[in-house]
Amino acid sequence: MSGNIQLLTDTLAAARAEDRAALIAYYPAGFPTVDGGIDAVKAVFDGGADIVEVGLPYSDPVLDGPVIQTADDIALRGGVRIADVLRTVREAHEASGRPVLVMTYWNPIDRYGVERFTAELADAGGAGCILPDLPVQESGLWRQHAAKHDLATVFVVAPSSKDARLAEITAAGSGFVYAASLMGVTGTRESVGEQAKDVVTRTRAAGDLPVCVGLGVSNAAQATEVAAFADGVIVGSAFVKRVLDAPDHEAALAGVRELAGDLARGVRAAAR
Amino acid sequence: MSTQPSADPSAFFIPDPEGRIPSAEGYFGAFGGTFIPEALVAAVDEVAVEYDKAKSDPAFAAELDRLMVEYTGRPSPLTEVPRFAAHAGGARVFLKREDLNHTGSHKINNVLGQALLTKRMGKTRIVAETGAGQHGVATATACALFGLECVIYMGEIDTERQALNVARMRILGAEVVAVKSGSRTLKDAINEAFRDWVASVDTTHYLFGTVAGPHPFPAMVRDFHRVIGVETRRQILERAGRLPDAAIACVGGGSNAIGLFHPFIPDAGVRLVGCEAAGHGVATGEHAATLTVGEPGILHGSRSYVLQDDEGQITEPYSISAGLDYPGIGPEHAYLKDSGRAEYLAVTDDEAMQALRLLSRTEGVIPAIESAHALAGALTVGRELGEDGLIVVNLSGRGDKDMDTAARYFGLYDADAAVEAEAASQALIEDDRNGAGTATDEGAAK
Repeated sequence: MSGNIQLLTDTLAAARAEDRAALIAYYPAGFPTVDGGIDAVKAVFDGGADIVEVGLPYSDPVLDGPVIQTADDIALRGGVRIADVLRTVREAHEASGRPVLVMTYWNPIDRYGVERFTAELADAGGAGCILPDLPVQESGLWRQHAAKHDLATVFVVAPSSKDARLAEITAAGSGFVYAASLMGVTGTRESVGEQAKDVVTRTRAAGDLPVCVGLGVSNAAQATEVAAFADGVIVGSAFVKRVLDAPDHEAALAGVRELAGDLARGVRAAAR
Repeated sequence: MSTQPSADPSAFFIPDPEGRIPSAEGYFGAFGGTFIPEALVAAVDEVAVEYDKAKSDPAFAAELDRLMVEYTGRPSPLTEVPRFAAHAGGARVFLKREDLNHTGSHKINNVLGQALLTKRMGKTRIVAETGAGQHGVATATACALFGLECVIYMGEIDTERQALNVARMRILGAEVVAVKSGSRTLKDAINEAFRDWVASVDTTHYLFGTVAGPHPFPAMVRDFHRVIGVETRRQILERAGRLPDAAIACVGGGSNAIGLFHPFIPDAGVRLVGCEAAGHGVATGEHAATLTVGEPGILHGSRSYVLQDDEGQITEPYSISAGLDYPGIGPEHAYLKDSGRAEYLAVTDDEAMQALRLLSRTEGVIPAIESAHALAGALTVGRELGEDGLIVVNLSGRGDKDMDTAARYFGLYDADAAVEAEAASQALIEDDRNGAGTATDEGAAK
């Protein structure tokens, strides 16, 4: 079975046709439990997310701040396995019909086997993968298998990326490019960095892929601000925080659904 | 270019004269590479470019050489330890005294090199990780010397068992951050230092403390430590008239070991023996024996052997020694293991602690617990070699920092327990002297 890279591309194109940015949510699988995580991803789609990145929890997440580290710890202590992550992808995609990607670090996939992982992700209906510690120069093997199974390879670019590097990355990547809004790790911030617009402009100039912005976006006002210049707005830690702060599972699901709704209105309120 | 290291005794900074490995992409065979977030790519590239320039700049080498002589106190002596060697099958044993360097370990060699590089890059702030605290102390020292802001990340557990080194770093003006995530030891301190660096890279250099991490760190840190092996090779030729049969060092990340081994790699007759921490025993699962039981994987920026589960989650290492409990290993060691050029032993807490006590009692030198793993390895290898054997051991650090751990281990805080431990220790020393130390005691049986 082939992966859903085309669905991802079509979804971003449809948002663009509506003259708006897409809303992309990140949510870690297995948090707070495997089934609880699946419910949460479905609620995020219900609330209005166009695309979801399902996190595959990792013991040493060097690009994540304390909120997502906490969720990863809870999921790993609960014994989450790659099979559970793939089930989360499958159920979320089947329930919503929308594109679901996986975001994780390179070692779990290297260890699991690249061919095995890409085949199983495609079979689960996955659309692609974001691997923030696999830079383009080390990504040859991954891209070969991802392409074979019609999965997108979404690279991360940063404000520090030079133009030549952006050209190399946009040429090698597929689906979209994940532009980090600032130099730092995941987490909610008071404001979105000034650097975000610059890196989006430079990445657009470097290639043809849609450019979506993540890191530090947590509320509707910030989503509106970013949606004015990006093809997509990525929100992660804010969803996790809603669940961490909720008194019970029902409140957690209501919380993430409400946040997705606020953000979906936010991306539609941008002046473009 | 010659395959022999420089014989110029006035030169201390002697990068790999052959430049065979790593490749331009930072690979030692199948190991190494650059598995880092995009945000760090420009900074890591800058380190590589600047180090390449510095390596061939006579002014850089001259300044580093001056510091190594006037500040560190190089060359470090080579000390023969005959009373200790009596327990090692009668082989001749020499210690490379990196414990006598300023700050008390080999770590200062790399730190001074990278601190000079930091100045060249125009950066004003340094972050570093530390396990036992030796790299942190050396880094805090260099930052004081060069007027750089210094933040040291240290696992919370390590801040407790190495409280003295935390105080030293603070006296030197460094900020010490106790890391509470994950296993709260060295690997988590590295994660946190990376997180800091991603957000501060414009002004900050990550002064990585071992021969792991993304390219160019494994090769650069090795080059700064090559002085250990270059001096040892020259000193042993002068003292013993020949090359050693074995060069032995402890390995956590592997920096002191690669420093000792590297100049001996072309000398095929010299066995290179790394001693990993087997903790409570490899079979118990409580150990840090990465090369003995790990599998290839990616950790902290490079591919090497890694302690991990079947789905690539990094497992928590254990050793009584805070400087060895790391679930990774420098990629060049992985390469040396797979190519068969070096061999790696796993040494338990108990073996290391007995070796610590033995060296203290027989030679008046208290080694760091890390280095005691290499001494335990020397006892094993010496018994294999017998009386004709010639061994050099890298005494990578001094044991002052470990006195609390040692006192607890040997029960020295309790007068009755201390008496009991003393009797047991004496019995062991006597057994060893009579050649009945271990079942595999071939050398001593000769």
